Amino acid sequence: MSNQWETVIGLEVHTELKTKSKIFCACSTEFGGEPNTHVCPVCLGMPGTLPVANKKVVDFAIKAGLALNCEIKEFNKFDRKNYYYPDLPKGYQISQFDLPVCGQGHLDIEVNGQTKRIGITRIHMEDDAGKLNHEGEVIAQAESSLVDYNRAGVPLLEIVSEPDMRSPEEAAAYLEKVKAILQYTEVSDCKMQEGSLRCDANISIRPLSATKLGTRTELKNMNSFKALQKALEYEVERHIELVEDGGTVVQETRSWDESKGMTVSLRSKEEAHDYRYFPDPDLVPLVIDEKWIESIRNSLPELPDERKQRLINDYDLPKYDAEIITSSKDLADYFDHCLDHFRDAKKISNWIMGELLRLLNVNDKEVADCPVAPKELGELLHLIEKGTISGKVAKQVFEEMFASGKNAKQIVKEKGLEQISDTGELEKIIEEIIAANPDPVSDYKSGKGQAIGFLVGQVMKASKGKANPQMVKKMLSDKLG
Amino acid sequence: MSISKKEVEHVAMLARLEFSEQELEEYTEKMNDILGYMDKLNQLDTSKVAATYHVLPINNVLREDKDRHYLDNETALKNAPDKKDGMFKVPRIV
Repeated sequence: MSNQWETVIGLEVHTELKTKSKIFCACSTEFGGEPNTHVCPVCLGMPGTLPVANKKVVDFAIKAGLALNCEIKEFNKFDRKNYYYPDLPKGYQISQFDLPVCGQGHLDIEVNGQTKRIGITRIHMEDDAGKLNHEGEVIAQAESSLVDYNRAGVPLLEIVSEPDMRSPEEAAAYLEKVKAILQYTEVSDCKMQEGSLRCDANISIRPLSATKLGTRTELKNMNSFKALQKALEYEVERHIELVEDGGTVVQETRSWDESKGMTVSLRSKEEAHDYRYFPDPDLVPLVIDEKWIESIRNSLPELPDERKQRLINDYDLPKYDAEIITSSKDLADYFDHCLDHFRDAKKISNWIMGELLRLLNVNDKEVADCPVAPKELGELLHLIEKGTISGKVAKQVFEEMFASGKNAKQIVKEKGLEQISDTGELEKIIEEIIAANPDPVSDYKSGKGQAIGFLVGQVMKASKGKANPQMVKKMLSDKLG
Repeated sequence: MSISKKEVEHVAMLARLEFSEQELEEYTEKMNDILGYMDKLNQLDTSKVAATYHVLPINNVLREDKDRHYLDNETALKNAPDKKDGMFKVPRIV
């Protein structure tokens, strides 16, 4: 790929708020109910019904705004965004147009060890649409669609970034950070697979020295962090190829097709968006005073950046470790709970970043569903520290704990995995290894110190990883010394 | 300010209304009358008047975040012209 081009990316993040009831009516927001059972005349768009805004939604919008360093607007209002689509029973979405609840803010991301500040343009409140189930492989082939309005009216925040990101990695890091902050503040659970966190991207390229933005395309339908990054990478290449072949980028909306690994144009024959925004006469304006903002500010929890700094200051964790552990609130909580049972923070961090995250990843599990409780990981680390098992065996035990839910002591006992620290027993194995490996033995004797590593390895292998490696090394060097 | 027949057609399309040629003429004229009246209002000096976002002098009408069950599935679908599997069935979208 040519590198005389600069990529410019901005993201629009939609997040469903964790309220009990919908934004303009008292229907439940619960995910996964039977179709059309969390509905009422208001969210079904029946004529003559009137919306009343949910105070918690405003509280959450202020909270998210403060956590994202945004200006909270004293005066804001709801507007109607008009368009026809079957998932929108009212014929308009209630959103905020020119006077949103939050103005400019920012957050810091870390990519390749560099900290970068990404601007936030605005945050506004709106209602979600219903869910369409197309009766066909894809919408274009469907003769009809089935609509479930349980989601219609679930509160959303839309967080719009400045076009400040310069690579797909930065975009993914930004989305990770937004997600972490929304989870820390407990305004959303941000489950991408359940659609409670969604992301659209605006992307364009321009010559490296240019200041004017190139023509952008808008990308939709990216349902995971991986999809976001892949879609952006695909689109960067598509833009560059187009322009370098003498073509031009057409401003349009494109959808990421996960199975084909490409973006496809969403037909633009329908005329350009003409939403005819106007203030919703059914909803009175919101005035947010200093007192209200202060009460929310006082309820703000420790945020990812503060927590990261705390882990670095209090436990001497490397920045890299602290960054990963605080990237999710659940993971940071897990770490904190482990500390109640084991005091070596760096060892805990190594295990979390290594084995724990690896197994969660392989098994497609969230930290919250981790079968190994912090207390049990703490116990495992105690067994290593006491020399009951070796670090190598511990990994095996941990896998077993993860798979079976049994605790470490039980597994070590059942499988006879205690480390051999008994000199007599070790002596026997060492004698055998020395006898079986005359060449490395003479290498070591003639001064090639590193040959001992091989011999220690052989002893470990013969003991099925149960020998205490420090003792083996000492006994070997004493013997051959 | 005046609008053309073409713009009226566009607005009608957005509102999913279908007009005959005669109606189109008629509404173009009527809409231009309305816009003409707006032009008259625009002659007023409003530079010292704050924008009106709502006709009522009320703010912050809010409800507490409490949920309650309202309609069962059968009642919710009662007016649906077509339904299937507890959902509203709509014709081809694109």
